[in-house]
Amino acid sequence: MELILEGIYKAIALLVTLDAEVLNITLLSLKVSGTATLISLVLGLSTGTLLALAEFPGKRLLVSIVNTGMGLPPVVVGLFVTIFLWRNGPFGFLDIMYTPTAMVIAQAIIATPIVTGITLASIQNLPANLQLQILALGATRLQMVLILIKEARLPLLAGVMAGFGGVISEVGASIMVGGNIKGYSRVLTTATVMETGRGNFDVAIALSVILLLLCFLINYVLTRIQQRERPR
Amino acid sequence: MSNGAPPIIEVKNLTVVRGGVQVLDIPSLQLHENEVLALIGPNGAGKSTLLLAMASLIPLTSGEIRCRGEVITSDRSVLAYRRRLAMVFQEPLLFDTTVYENVAAGLKIRGMARGDVRKRVMSTLELFNMAHMADRYARKISGGEAQRTSLARAFALEPEMIFLDEPFSALDPPTRLALTEDLERILNETGTAAIMATHDQLEALRLADSVAVVNRGSIAQSGSPVEVMNRPADEFVASFVGMENIFSGKVTATGEGLLTVTVMGHPVQLHGSARAGEEAVFCVRPENITIISDQGGATSARNVFPAVINKIVSMGAYYKLHLDCGIPLVASLTLQSLSEMNLQKGQRVNASFKATSVHLIRAGSQ
Repeated sequence: MELILEGIYKAIALLVTLDAEVLNITLLSLKVSGTATLISLVLGLSTGTLLALAEFPGKRLLVSIVNTGMGLPPVVVGLFVTIFLWRNGPFGFLDIMYTPTAMVIAQAIIATPIVTGITLASIQNLPANLQLQILALGATRLQMVLILIKEARLPLLAGVMAGFGGVISEVGASIMVGGNIKGYSRVLTTATVMETGRGNFDVAIALSVILLLLCFLINYVLTRIQQRERPR
Repeated sequence: MSNGAPPIIEVKNLTVVRGGVQVLDIPSLQLHENEVLALIGPNGAGKSTLLLAMASLIPLTSGEIRCRGEVITSDRSVLAYRRRLAMVFQEPLLFDTTVYENVAAGLKIRGMARGDVRKRVMSTLELFNMAHMADRYARKISGGEAQRTSLARAFALEPEMIFLDEPFSALDPPTRLALTEDLERILNETGTAAIMATHDQLEALRLADSVAVVNRGSIAQSGSPVEVMNRPADEFVASFVGMENIFSGKVTATGEGLLTVTVMGHPVQLHGSARAGEEAVFCVRPENITIISDQGGATSARNVFPAVINKIVSMGAYYKLHLDCGIPLVASLTLQSLSEMNLQKGQRVNASFKATSVHLIRAGSQ
């Protein structure tokens, strides 16, 4: 108990004193996971919508693959991204291994199936005749898709939260492809793992508290937006 | 309704096949200016599919749709065609926003200027007595208000024709009545042509200028409501429009346009043309059967049968009497008539109907 309280005091101290290293780690975490979430939003929204609206052979198999991808183990993603970005790998020429860019790629791969799966479910949960109603109102196919996405915006916000929550809290892939390099690719989760390994529980707890606060703040903002949209 | 004017919509040799099964086969169907056409038929008959096909919202397997003579073919002509019509479904399918924004949706899709949208939406809401609800959230209004909003959204487009897919079937009777009255008034005021799918014959009778009975993806009969209700083309239509007395028998006598068809040993006289010895199928509406006390009572009807009342069933506004007169007959009676005659189950009465009240569905050698 004493250890936890000490960790919380340490976290407060680090936050109040605006510790430069902690600030950098926090900002990098936000930058990497935020960028990865944005990329996954672009890819997931379009793929999920396409999957929900299009009919083609093998659709069920693809949906099953997406659903499986929603629980993709970060270490597996880390392993394959490492293989692809390794010096001798297919994308080794990019020379981005152990960089924040590699972390963004890995995290985007983790978040994209989550956003895709939630988009797919959100669009499919809209009333069956809504597409026809929108077309009957004179919409082009593009207008129809945009209106459908707008109609599914509340569950889609949950998709954003799930995607962001999934990547900001993952550690396996980030440590494998980012390397946890001090001042360069160290993020809150990798730093927590490192400090725990060193036995610096107070610092690890402090970093965890900051991570939790960050998650809470972002989800709080998104939840406020979601609830504001609810019927009066 | 045609008055020689070209139809707004004309469907020719339309077929739709789904999963290898032909679900629609419509050789010809037209909608004219100011006409209200009701598609009636049981659930699963293909009414909604026909509406969707006519609105170009589902692909046709074969056939064509013409709008004022112009064939709808390319994507561009389909979009232009859809922008001339409006559709209301059984569910209101409102967007997750205010009543105002819902009614404005189609206008905004068309890129109408904001000021014009406002004027059009407010005038439409006033037409539907909903102006006070403009800022209400669509998901928080009642089912009737939601369907009224859906109708307003359709009429705000000032469409040349409106497609209505059982728009009131999910509503309670008073709301349904109120909305039917409003729709009737607005259709009359705007002169909008409409096609309405319904399984409610009363709704069809009230609103429609013409009726098409849909069965198994085909049109079994089309014509004026009175014609379809009283002169059904076949047993299916007869049964669907409430002809509960459908009989088949053998023509035993003919002469002067009058036939005698013997059913289970009982001769029934009716008008029509057939030859003696042929099989004939005919029907009588329950409303056309008169009940006379067995104590007497004069009637000029050619068909009078002594009967026993087997069952009296309340239908709310009226009663149905199931009679055994050698052949089973169903008659309908008002509560007033039932009380005045003090009719009881098991009572002996006379059932009568005129030869002109009998409709010969078909006759021929079997």
